[in-house]
This record gives sequence, structure tokens and C-alpha cells, in this order.
Amino acid sequence: MTRAEMSSLERVLTTLGHREPDRVPLFLLVTMHGAKELGLSFEEYFSRAENVVEGQLRLRARYRHDCLLGFFYASIEVEAWGGEVIYREDGPVNSGRPFIRKPEEIATLEPPIVEESARLVEVLRAIEMLKARVGDEVPIIGAVISPLSLPVMQMGFDKYLDLMYEQPELFWQLMRVNEEFCVRWANAQLAAGATAIAYFDPVSSPTITPPESYPSTGFEIARRTLARIKGPSATHLASGRCLPIVDDIARTGTQILGVSALEDLAEVKAACQGRLTVLGNLNGVEMRRWTPERAEMLAKEAIAKAGPGGGFILADNHGEIPWQVPEEVLTAISEAVQRWGRYPLSWVASHD
Amino acid sequence: MDRITAKDIMNEASAGATPVQAIENLVLPALVRIGQGWEKGKTALAQVYMAGRICEELVDSMLPASVREAKARRKMAIVVLEDFHVLGKRIVYSVLRASGFDLLDYGRQDVAGLVRRVEEDGIEVLFISTLMLPSALRVAKAREKLDHRTKLVVGGAPFRLDEELWREVGADAMGRSAADAIRIAQDLSGGGP
Repeated sequence: MTRAEMSSLERVLTTLGHREPDRVPLFLLVTMHGAKELGLSFEEYFSRAENVVEGQLRLRARYRHDCLLGFFYASIEVEAWGGEVIYREDGPVNSGRPFIRKPEEIATLEPPIVEESARLVEVLRAIEMLKARVGDEVPIIGAVISPLSLPVMQMGFDKYLDLMYEQPELFWQLMRVNEEFCVRWANAQLAAGATAIAYFDPVSSPTITPPESYPSTGFEIARRTLARIKGPSATHLASGRCLPIVDDIARTGTQILGVSALEDLAEVKAACQGRLTVLGNLNGVEMRRWTPERAEMLAKEAIAKAGPGGGFILADNHGEIPWQVPEEVLTAISEAVQRWGRYPLSWVASHD
Repeated sequence: MDRITAKDIMNEASAGATPVQAIENLVLPALVRIGQGWEKGKTALAQVYMAGRICEELVDSMLPASVREAKARRKMAIVVLEDFHVLGKRIVYSVLRASGFDLLDYGRQDVAGLVRRVEEDGIEVLFISTLMLPSALRVAKAREKLDHRTKLVVGGAPFRLDEELWREVGADAMGRSAADAIRIAQDLSGGGP
């Protein structure tokens, strides 16, 4: 029997409660495709909140997914700190030359005031407008880069690792400043109408830093930071592996975990054991050259692995779908969810 | 990340051996093992990076430039294409230097700048590191413009996540890890241990 149609928000909240909603929720994390919809360059598109709102609403109307994104691009935070970004025609807005040139500069670094950054204010305007348009029908996802991960853009990855291992006092000073900004930025987005905050924390992934260091670094920072963020959060390791630290992640207070394409979704679902909702893990890089048939097959496979019992949202593995992924692939994923994601997933036993 | 212990172990290994022997018997296998560990999810990138840096410093202090030149019979360079994510390039550069290879570091370049440098220097083996998918796709442009005698070796997240991508962009080889970079350098440079 088909269950009564839920709103996107009801669907997501049900799965977060580790129960089965009417169908598997789909988070199609498309930030750049809105520019294509509106026929604008990325620079034009992201210059005005109105464009992003229109882009997000059109994309949702087309693909019927279950969230809207207040997230513009990761390096927007760098702009708030006075750093430069680089626009390109075929991909996300990149952070430019790192703005912390010498570790000693950290000693006098102050967290930016959200309201004083024109770019961040534009994001807040977009969230407010989205909220006014959809109310409580659809979750609006805000985003922050974790205090531990932001320095990759602030000072460059190699210099940051040098700091982490060789100047622990300055490292922790930077963490304190970043925590303050992260909390301010997350809470401003929640106040503007975001339903939840995506906490992007790739540096905590065992792909990047040793899992044995997580309890004293990424975990401790996330626990402190998330406790001060006044709303639910989703931790995303942005394509990095998570399995060795799942138990600790579950204790940070986050509710959702983004899963890498490098890990098996069924294994991660089992490891999350009703504590975390699994978000993932379609391979966004490969997606560019999938056929619609392959997209359907892989979406179906992901649903079979992680869908039963709820606690699962189908999404890409990175938290942002590359601009190069064609419409027909996104449509095929969306249709696969409509076709194969209806609970109860009675076809899954035979699929196995 | 214990430099002092690393130095002690290196000194011990060097006793009664030439610097090249010490590198080949100790540094190379250690770096290959660490690199393979990353590929299998057993080692973190931060550890690969720090190991490469420490080994590079040790090897620099004991290996005369003339030995490096003899080892790299083909001219090699490394670059990060287009974006500012230089860590992958830094790791491969350190690990190759720690393995006794010599190569030019082009830093960050766009396609036009890269092609100019490669032609000026007569580079025969070019390592290209990318983190972002658009940069990885841009390797195809570099391939179009470069003489086919220049072998292109690519690496970085997009190539790890899409196993077909390196062929699509016309690269000659793809490295999944620092261990792969050493093996490929040995195969292509004509001067490997």
C-alpha cells in the first residue's frame, strides 16, 4: 500500500527519526546548475540573492528533491575574512591566494562580523526569501566550513599541516577564532530561516588526518561548536572516509553524516546504527558521464543498501554536484527515487 | 612526526652504506609503504605529507646534487593546474625528491603558462596535480598543446574518484598515491633505482 504523500520537511524529519517516510528523501545538492537555469555566469548568478532563490526554486520544481540550499559556494567564507575568490566558467568559485601568509598573523586574527560582510548578508537574504516562499514545506540547508577545515582556505593546506604539527599553540588559537566565526555564521543562517546547517569538515576525515587524532581535535572542536549552534546539523566530510570515526561523530551532536563514494553505503549505515542518518553517496565525479540507465541503477542500489528502516537521504558523495553533470542524469536520479524509493521497499529483498 | 628519531634511523642505515644505498634501502620502501597505506585508507594524507617533508630534508642533507642529476636522465617537472590547492603537488614533489629524483617545481600555472614553461625547459615527464574536477578536465587542453614526447602523469581526487578520467584527458599515467608517483617516476624517468 502506498503511504500518504508527505511534505519534504515531514519526509526528512521522519527519516531523521529512523523511521520510514512515504519515500526516500532526495537531497540533490545543486549549487551551480541554477546559473544554467537562469542563463547567467556564476559571477552574475551569485551576485544577487534573488538569482539564487529563483535558481533553487526552479531546480526543485524540475527535480522534485527535498531540500533547498542557502549555500552559495564554500569560499564565500574566505571573502568575509577579507580573502580573494576566483570565478571560473566551469566550476565552483574557488578561494584564491591564502590570506594568512605567516603563522604569526594568527595571533592578531579576529573573527569577522557576519553583518559586516556584504557577501554573507546576501546569503542571509537568500535564505530569508526561500523561507518566505516555502515556509515549513521544504528544509532549507545552510552551511558552514568547520573551524578545523577553514584554514585550508585561510592559509593553504601545506602551511596548515605544518602549523598543526609544528606550532600547536597557534593552531589552537586559530581554532578558537574560527569556532567563534563558525558559531556566529551558523546561527545567523538559522535566524534567517535555515532549517539545518551542513557542517563541512573534510579535515576531520581519516582520509586527511589520522583517526587517532580525531578525539582531541576534530571531535572536540565539533562537539563544542555544534553545542553552540542553535539548530540541527549535518556533518559532511566532503568525499573523505568516515568509518573509523563514526562512533565519535555520533557523539558530536550532529544528526546526519555525509558519506564518501570510497566507502560502502551498507557498511556505513550499519555503523551508524540508528544514531546518525546517512546522506550519500552517489559518485559526483563519475556522474558527469553516467547514462540515465546507469544513474537509475546506482540510485536504486544505494536505496537498497541504506533505505530500509529510514535514516537515509539519497545524495551525492561530496555535498555539491559538479556543474558538468547533465540534466538527464539528474532527472534519472530523481525519477529513480520516485520509482524505487517508495516505502515500504518491498522490492529490496528480491534485489538482494 | 618525529624528525629526530627519523634522523637517528637514517644515520644507522647510512653506516657502512652509500647515501644512495641508504635511500634505496630505507627511505624508498618507507615512503612506498606510507603511500600505499593512504591508498588503502590506512594512512592519513597529513602523515603522507609530513613523512615526505621529513624524508626530503634528510635526503637533501646527505645527497649531492650530482647524484640527483644522474638519477633523472629525463627532465621532469611538477605543477598544480589552475587552482590553489597545492598539497598534492607538495607531497609528490617531496616524496620524489626524497627518493633521489630531481624535478622542477612550476608551482601553480594555467594551461598557457604551463605549456610555455614545459617547452622552454624541454620537460619530458610532467606531473600534474589537481583537486577540482574542472582543473582535471583542463588537462585535456594541456595535452592538446604539448608535444606528445612530453609524458603527462596526473593525480588528485577527481582521478581517484573516476578511474576512467585520466585516459579521457589524454594522460599517459595516473598515480593514486605517493607510492604510485615513485613507481611511475622510476618507469618514465629512465633513471630510477
